[in-house]
Amino acid sequence: MADVNRGNRPLSPHTTIYRWPLNAIMSILHRITGVGMSVSAMLIVWWFLAASTSQSYFATANGFLTSWFGDIILFLSMLAIWYHFTNGIRHLIWDTGSNFGKRRVYRSGITGLAIAVILSAITVYIA
Amino acid sequence: MRYQTDRSRVTGLGAAKTGTSHFWEQRVSAIALVILTPLFVLPLAYNLGDSYENVRAAYGHPINAIIAIAFIITVFLHLFQGLQVVIEDYVHGRLELILIITARLSCSLFALTGIFAILKIALGA
Repeated sequence: MADVNRGNRPLSPHTTIYRWPLNAIMSILHRITGVGMSVSAMLIVWWFLAASTSQSYFATANGFLTSWFGDIILFLSMLAIWYHFTNGIRHLIWDTGSNFGKRRVYRSGITGLAIAVILSAITVYIA
Repeated sequence: MRYQTDRSRVTGLGAAKTGTSHFWEQRVSAIALVILTPLFVLPLAYNLGDSYENVRAAYGHPINAIIAIAFIITVFLHLFQGLQVVIEDYVHGRLELILIITARLSCSLFALTGIFAILKIALGA
């Protein structure tokens, strides 16, 4: 019964004392990176708009994006997009009904993270 | 006169009344982005921070311009689809409706702006 006094015991889900499994962290990170990249998407559109408008407007947008603050945003955006990219592929594979189960989910998680790191390294090399 | 029974008209549509179409469209945009993301992000990483002339030359090239426009259309669609799911999960009531409509209008506006800007560069105006 829901209204019984349960005392001061912690109630399920015990998210504060529970060690998050890798896949739980990756699941919420997928959402955080997805929502966070709204900002990246808007900045990139702003950069294109500036490039299409005039040299001086481009200098403003380019100046912001190449400043230390812009660099931090772009670097985090890059990590976010490659993370969301590889994790999204995991989701698409799951949508076919395959690769479930604790060990497989853990293994694809580690693989996805590794590929995201490699793609990030390639991107940094190109940039 | 309807030749379908009322029952067959609603089967599979569920409480949302659109069935699995939102889920399906989100997967399709995700598959498109698996292809488009590397094609857009790697050249973008190369061009970001370059000079005005070089950036305009890069996106004046038809292949870059077409990929960029395809990416922008798909990414803002996928972004809205994702934001809608997140909003529906965590926000309820009037604010939920306001946020979903705001997200949809903003995504449309930014997509339109991006397409306009790239077309303007590519068509040399």
